Formats: sequence, structure tokens, C-alpha cells
Amino acid sequence: MPEIKNYTLNFGPQHPSAHGVLRLVLEMDGETIERADPHIGLLHRATEKLAESKPYNQSIPYMDRLDYVSMMCNEHGYVLALEKMLGVEAPERAQYIRVMFDEITRILNHLMWLGAHALDIGAMTIFLYAFREREDLMDMYEAVSGARMHAAYYRPGGVYRDLPGSMPQYEASKWHSQKEVDVKNSNRQGSLLDFVEDFVQRFPKCVDEYETLLTDNRIWKQRTVDIGVVSPERALQLGFTGPMLRGSGIEWDLRKKQPYAVYDKLDFDIPVGLTGDSYDRYLVRVEEMRQSNNIIKQCIKWLRENPGPVMLDNHKLTPPDREHMKGDMESLIHHFKLFTEGYALPEGEVYSAVEHPKGEFGVYLVSDGSNKPYRLKIRAPGFAHISSLNEMTQGHMLADVVAIIGTQDIVFGEVDR
Amino acid sequence: MIEAIESALDFLPAGLVTLIIIVGKILVLVLPLMGAVAYLTLAERKVIGYMQVRIGPNRVGPRGLLQPIADAVKLMFKETIFPAKANRFLFISGPILTLAPALAAWAVVPFDDGLVISNVDASLLYILAMTSLGVYGVIIAGWASNSKYAFLGALRSAAQIVSYEIAMGFALVGVLVAAGSLNLGEIVEAQRGSLGIINWYMIPLLPLFIVYFIAGVAETNRAPFDVAEGESEIVAGFHVEYSSMTFSIFFLAEYANMILIALLTALMFLGGWLSPLHGVLPASLLEGEGVLALLLGDGIHWLLAKTSFFLFLFLWFRATFPRYRYDQIMRLGWKIFIPITIVWLLVAAAMVVWKIGPWFN
Repeated sequence: MPEIKNYTLNFGPQHPSAHGVLRLVLEMDGETIERADPHIGLLHRATEKLAESKPYNQSIPYMDRLDYVSMMCNEHGYVLALEKMLGVEAPERAQYIRVMFDEITRILNHLMWLGAHALDIGAMTIFLYAFREREDLMDMYEAVSGARMHAAYYRPGGVYRDLPGSMPQYEASKWHSQKEVDVKNSNRQGSLLDFVEDFVQRFPKCVDEYETLLTDNRIWKQRTVDIGVVSPERALQLGFTGPMLRGSGIEWDLRKKQPYAVYDKLDFDIPVGLTGDSYDRYLVRVEEMRQSNNIIKQCIKWLRENPGPVMLDNHKLTPPDREHMKGDMESLIHHFKLFTEGYALPEGEVYSAVEHPKGEFGVYLVSDGSNKPYRLKIRAPGFAHISSLNEMTQGHMLADVVAIIGTQDIVFGEVDR
Repeated sequence: MIEAIESALDFLPAGLVTLIIIVGKILVLVLPLMGAVAYLTLAERKVIGYMQVRIGPNRVGPRGLLQPIADAVKLMFKETIFPAKANRFLFISGPILTLAPALAAWAVVPFDDGLVISNVDASLLYILAMTSLGVYGVIIAGWASNSKYAFLGALRSAAQIVSYEIAMGFALVGVLVAAGSLNLGEIVEAQRGSLGIINWYMIPLLPLFIVYFIAGVAETNRAPFDVAEGESEIVAGFHVEYSSMTFSIFFLAEYANMILIALLTALMFLGGWLSPLHGVLPASLLEGEGVLALLLGDGIHWLLAKTSFFLFLFLWFRATFPRYRYDQIMRLGWKIFIPITIVWLLVAAAMVVWKIGPWFN
């Protein structure tokens, strides 16, 4: 009798639910997973090495491209490290803007996650609903930075510019009549803050809509309850952070535990799960969207009442405005120095972390006193999560692997860096 | 009309005339069916599109109406790729074995009183046999592709179809008990009564009706039971290696089966071509030759309307539900549907024996 061998299945890198370029070698006993071996590195772009060869500011756009669904949060982590090293702090208004956009980014990320996770489990309509809302969030990015995804908006010493007073408008075309366009433009008549406020009013209803489709859906529950259970102890040992850790019932959120920016002045809750299964992580993330929505509301209120500078006036670090540069010799020199060699950080090392939508996003920076980092190390939350894939999928079925990859919210931009 | 054709062709040998007439009947059925399949794909894309806040295909022809034709032309001109080490003979026979029974089943489906290619007494059994045969095509396709994903898809599909066949069979036995006939035309006529909708079998056989339709969804491998092609797990399942026409034949078979299931549900539980207005409007309005009577009275249009409703449900399910896991589908089939059908079979038999009205008196 021939020996019975396990079935080896190569899952990815070209697979619809590999979330990019995950290659997973599955050893299966029928449909049951015996061993899952994730192979990473197919999206390696040497971000850390590239950063060593360019002035600090020029690495900000690379941060956007790490976790390419939560761009501004990555920037925040990096910029915070630079500021900590320089011993400066951004003006309060800039910090509120950063927090507001961090939370917009969190919603952006969680919508992407919700859509992709539901699509993996087979509910495809959610995906398009989530993208309908993402469209508005992308427009906010665009209004403030000019780019829909890779914003490069946060700078050491503040944010690149203040919130715009008007929103770009749709124009009528062969495909869209003036009437249609007017409807689309109706909430774009005021400033960006008005647009964000309109969204914030609308968004809780949208979350309710997603929840009606999923939360009490029997099939959804059958597919997520008790799938990929991680005990609290094990979650800590595996280095989980963010919703993955909170889903297991550990109340850990850097926004509360090590407040940065202005999170200590804002009122919000941290949702935690009970059982540590995929369903709990789903509930945690959905609740986080609602909490983010509240935070944005509070930021809007503050930003409306408190106009002010959004960039430090320290021209060793931030560029002088164009008018001064044209008329004032010193400003011209500052401008020239800043855009040719940048600024130098004092010798030393720093670690700073932010609560990224996926977990703790940390930047460890070693400076030798020059205008470039000696070494930049990025702690990506997804890397720790994907390392646990083998443990989480063991004994589950093939369809659950897909659900678990979904619940981990993996993005290869940050895992492979 | 058939007699007229026969007399026009009487210079030919008699056997040939019969053959011509049979082929003619088949063409009259299959060509509209293929058209319906093509436009069902468009309807699916449009309906799901609107459910998902998008507009669906709207570029080819007015409002995208020529899209299915463009798709068909594209598929026909593409190259059929044979995977390395695939068994060519089996690889080709897979799609054929899927499509042939899917079309053959239509031979006994009546569209109106007497409007049927072959009025067989055991038509219900014939349909059950034909729809079960489709699984061979799937298994052969999955096996011949020499791909692990296809192989997994074929295994899943085989297990699923075989299990749901049982629940489906039991549901049909319920109808058989209620109508006392295996002939689809007679089953429809048995649902005729003065109360209209209330007389249809969906009321006394409600659990069987629901089980039959859900089992039908599972049988055709449609969402939420589409684990056999489970896009996000095994990519496209058994037909992952198929391209061009070989792929589109699977597609045709799947949609032809969908229409068949919808039509059978309408025939067996919703009174087929019977008008739902019996008992609501006076009988004088429903009978006769006038246009109004033709519209309101029994006729093929009611059958098509009922079928379209069930087809819409197929699309609606696909847009709404997440996908079951393979073992959950099996559990649903064996532990829930089969017991329900067995229990209700007894109830139906009791109702028939004790002549419970208004259905069985």
C-alpha cells in the first residue's frame, strides 16, 4: 500500500485573497490545514536602506508607501520620531489636524479591511459599500495634500499646510449631466472641515448598514466565530498589537497608554473583544470606526474655534514662505539649505511609536549627527501578525485560512517594507 | 402547426420528417434558452451592479444590451489552453458532460398546457436523473485539469451535489405524493383550484418548497453555496484551468441549470402557468379569447414571470450573503434539510390520506 502523504498546496502569490503577494505553502490533510508556511519578501523595496541615503524629509513619501492603506499614520510615526530627536513639538493646531487625519486614515484602513475581509468570506457587496465611503475620505486627502493616497502631508514641525477653505468640485461632462454633478457637489460647497463634518454626520449610518449585512448574519457568524482564536497570553507572546491584541481582550492602545499628539485631550473608548476569535476582531474594528468618527467630530469642533499656525516658525527645520524667500536674504539661505542638504539631527537614537490602524507602528532611528539617518528600523505591526499565521490556522479548513488572513488585516507594503 | 409542417414535407420519407420535426422542436427550445442564458448574465451584472451602487455594463450597445454578444464573440475567438500533462480527452469531455444533461433536462419541461417537447409520464424522475448527471462533468473537469485547486473544487462539488440531491429528491417526493403524478404537466394541473394562489403547493408544502429552492441553489453551485468555485479560496475551483469556449460551456450549463431550477420551482410549487388571479377576479374575466383574458388568464407569461422572480432571488442571494464553508454546507444538507423533508413528507402523506382541504379534497 502506498504511503499516504499530505497534500501540499501553494497558496499565492497570485491568489485573489493573498492580499497582495503572500505566498503560503499549505500542508493539508484533505481540507484541513496541518501546517501553513508564509513566505514573505515579494514586495521588499528596501525602504529602510533607501532612507539611509537621503535627507530626513525625503523619506516621508516612502512612509506613505509602507502600509499603503493607512498612509498618514505611517507618516505620523516617522515624523514623531524626528520631532522627538530634535526636541521640538508641532503647534497645537497641527497636532489636531494630525489627529483628525490619523482617524480619517483609521476609518480608511478599516473600511478597506472590512471590504476585503467580507469579500474573502464571500460577501461582495460590502466591499463596494466600503469603497463608496472611502471615496469621500480620499477626497479629503486630496483636498489637503493634493494626492489621494500618498499624501506626504505631515512634516517635522507641523503639517505641510493649513486645511483648505474650499473643496474641489466635480464638473459636468458627456457622461455626467449638470444635475448629477450638482448633487455630487452639494456637500462640497464649504471648506474641507464642512465636508468632513458632513461625512462624520453620515458615517454612523453607513456603519449601521454594514452591520445589518454582517453582524447578525448567520453565515457570517458561522464563518468567523471561533475561527483563529488567540488567547490573551498568547497574543502578548506573539507580539500582537492593535485590534488583533484588543480582540483577544487586552486593553492596550497607544493613544491611551502613551498618548501622543493631542489624544489625551480627546474623549474616546477602546473596544476590546472577549474570546479572541475573528468575530471579536471584526466587532472591535467596527467599533473603532465609530470611535474614530467621534474623535474626528471633536477635532472639527476644536479646529473651527482655534485658528493658528500649523508649522513651526523655526526655519532651520521648516521652509520659509515664498514671499519671504523672495525678499529676505536670510530666508533665501534657509530655503536653499533646507532643500539641498536638509537638516541634521543630533547624535543619538530614538524610538517612537503610534497607534496605527493595524497596531503599533514604531520607528527606531539612529543618527550620527548628519542630515541622513545612520539606520532606520521600522516596526510594522503586520509582520508580527503574519508570523502567527501557522499557529492561527492549524486545524482549520482551507476556507478559514482566507478568513484568518483577512482578520489579520495584512498589507504587504509594511510586512515586506 | 406540426400537422401543417408534416403535410408540407410529405414528399420526404416518414422517418426523416419525424427527425426534422424533433430537431425543429429542440431548436425552438434551445435557441431561446441560449439567449436567455446570455441575457441572464447581463441581468446578473446589472442587478448586482445596482445593488452594489454601481451601474454595471453600459458601454456595448444601448445601455449595455449587446454586452452578452460581445462576451460570447470574445470567448469564441480566444485560444483553448490545455494545461501541461492534462488528459486532453477528459479535459474536453468535462464541459460536454456538464452541458449535455443541463440541456437534456429541458426536454420534459412543459411551458404551458401541452407545450412540451416530450410529454413523458416519469418526467420528474427524468429531470432528477439529468440534473444529477451534471456532477460527472465537474468531477472529470477537476480531475483532468491536473491542478490542485481544480481537484479540490471537484471534490467539494461532487460531495455537495450528491448530498443536496437527497434533500432535493425528498422534496420532490413530497410533490409527487401531493399531486399523485410524476408528470410535470399533471403536477401543475393538480394545483388548479378556485382559490388561486392558496391552491398552489407552496402553501401545504411550504417547508419542501423552501428546501427545494435552497437545495436548487446549492445544486447549481451558486452563492452562498459556491464553494466548488469559491473564488477567494480555490480561485475558480473545477474550471480554473479552462479558457475560451470550454470555459463558457461551463458557464452556459450553470446558467441553464439556474433557469431550470427556477422554472421547476415555479412549476411544482407556484402553479406553473396557472394565473394567480383565480379566486380574485371573476372566472369570466380569465377565460375566453380577448386580450384581457389572455393576459389575466393562465399562460406561459405567468410561468416566465414566476421563473424570473426565482432567478432574481438567485442574484439577490449572491449580492447579499457570505459564502458557507464546505463542512457547514454538508451539515446544513444532511442534518437540517434531509430531516425537514422527511418529516414533511409524512405530513404531506397524512394530508393526502385524510384529504385535507382545500388542496387534497
